[in-house]
Amino acid sequence: MKALVRGAILIAATAAILMIINAQLAKSGAQSGGNTLTVYNWGEYIDPDLIKQFEKETGINVIYETFDSNEGMMGKIEQGGTSYDITVPSEYMVEMMREKDLLIPLDYDKIPNIKNIDPYFMDLPFDPDNTYSIPYFWGTLGIAYNPTLLDGQTFESWDNLWDPSLKQEAVLVDSAREVIGMSLNSLGYSLNSTNIDELREATDKLKTLSPNIKAVIGDEVTQMMMNNEAAVSLIWSGQAADMMSENEDITYVVPEEGSNLWFDNIVIPKTVKNIDGAYEFINFMLRPEVAAQNADYVGYSTPNKEALSLLDPEVVSDERYYPDEKAREHLEVYKDLGLEMLGTYNELFLEFKMNMK
Amino acid sequence: MMRDLKRMVRRMKTNRASLRLSMVPYSLWIILFVIAPIGLIVYYSFFDLSGNFTFDNYKNFFTSVYLKLTVSSFWYAFLITFFSLLISYPTAYFLTKLKHKQLWLLLIIIPSWINLLLKTYAFIGLMGLYGPVNALLETVGIGKQQILFTDFSFVFVSVYIFIPFMILPIFNALDKLNPALIDASRDLGANAWTTFRRVIWPLTLNGVKSGIQVVFIPALSLFMITRLIAGNKVITLGTAIEQQFLVTQNWGMGSTIAVFLILFMVVILLLTTANERGMAGSGKKR
Repeated sequence: MKALVRGAILIAATAAILMIINAQLAKSGAQSGGNTLTVYNWGEYIDPDLIKQFEKETGINVIYETFDSNEGMMGKIEQGGTSYDITVPSEYMVEMMREKDLLIPLDYDKIPNIKNIDPYFMDLPFDPDNTYSIPYFWGTLGIAYNPTLLDGQTFESWDNLWDPSLKQEAVLVDSAREVIGMSLNSLGYSLNSTNIDELREATDKLKTLSPNIKAVIGDEVTQMMMNNEAAVSLIWSGQAADMMSENEDITYVVPEEGSNLWFDNIVIPKTVKNIDGAYEFINFMLRPEVAAQNADYVGYSTPNKEALSLLDPEVVSDERYYPDEKAREHLEVYKDLGLEMLGTYNELFLEFKMNMK
Repeated sequence: MMRDLKRMVRRMKTNRASLRLSMVPYSLWIILFVIAPIGLIVYYSFFDLSGNFTFDNYKNFFTSVYLKLTVSSFWYAFLITFFSLLISYPTAYFLTKLKHKQLWLLLIIIPSWINLLLKTYAFIGLMGLYGPVNALLETVGIGKQQILFTDFSFVFVSVYIFIPFMILPIFNALDKLNPALIDASRDLGANAWTTFRRVIWPLTLNGVKSGIQVVFIPALSLFMITRLIAGNKVITLGTAIEQQFLVTQNWGMGSTIAVFLILFMVVILLLTTANERGMAGSGKKR
């Protein structure tokens, strides 16, 4: 009998512990409010010295938590129980979160430093009048390649990826919208296409790329390029910058047919507890010298016009990171296509991956 | 505790109420941690993206993409299980012949204490173009090969990971085998091969079957390795489930694939256990 009771208690205790852990996980960072500020950002996406500087200046204690996907981040905010004061979604996710009513409209009286942001990056279709979001970093999607491993192949056009000399050389990021979008661009279609015939055509064209594909992987791409394991990759500009800082042979190019222009944006989510602290933080991050230091650390392009003059002129004049306005004309920002369309993109992508051999 | 329970069960045979009471901990466990989660998966599988009740997910599963995915998952799981068995059976057999067999067994088990992800990353380094394996190939004169992101690397790494799980049950079965039976078989004129085929193999078949179960079933739903080692050139049902939950946020479709995965597993389990009984019976007749 004793053993039975013990067994029952053990199970009840296990269940109780699991529930407590679950509750703890859900409210991680919930101690926010008062004099703490919980910032929920991508990994490696801020200079840690800046957080220290902010804490020193304001006396606010910053809790910094990271996520690795827009969807995961939104999930945590949507479920509630968290108290994130600041988060940094990509542009299509701003749209999605706005529709789900997860964002708080910004009060620009409290963010005077907004004047430092280049007007070119303001009032974009995903958030008209910047009601909810302020651009944090921006960049492009392109091809990073290592000329020393190739026989003079260059990449003015996406079609160059299909060149027979690149057998088993190209590495793609494991992301449906990027890869299918690339194929759509190479055919001259919009990378926001919702036309199923265009999507089919793009997928069929992708299938003919199979012989040239070495792998479809995630963040490991950066390491592989640095170590000369791969010669060509479809990758975002910031990761290309990471590669180049380690391996000087690598170069990055955005093909002429156009590509994706992306933004990560600071927003205040519905879960905010310390709203004054959040405004202070945003205003702090928009200071020219802070933005410059941050851009230098992270390696992506800053939308902060005043910060540009503080950055290494060689970087700022580099067309690969800061394409001029003419070059930007061919770039397109992702629209939120809705979950149904996202499903279609992913199913086509799955089909492509299964036909890779 | 086991003996306590047995004695108790004997005592309780006449006492139905207490018998029912003794079931409480077990049924509680099964309801909370087995039935409820599976129930939730089945429940979610009947909803579409906007939360309406639907059978579309099941219809969708029978389109070409997912059926092909299922076939390829089974093929790779079969390869992994086959090669694991091929390596594990002789290994387990020779282990039982060794002096310090428990120590050797421990040495084989220890790698399974290391985190799976770490081991996988180690293989990326080992099999890379500039890794030690290629350096060796080059000195031998074969020259650099693309080892990563091939079927070979995928099956190799998976087999490496699963081998301890295959060896354990087979080792136990072999270890329990009464050596007198083998002596008897040799005395009666059977040669080594016949002894193996007619005595050792049938008597250790249960171990082999448990081994197959613990390898084949997880191999069906491997996901991380498919990306890190096979560069997504191999895709399993596990990859598809991960994608449905994390990227597409289509929990309904993800759950539907999971339901089919559970069904496949039940079938495999039934197949292996049903045969087990049959075997034991025919063994007696012989």
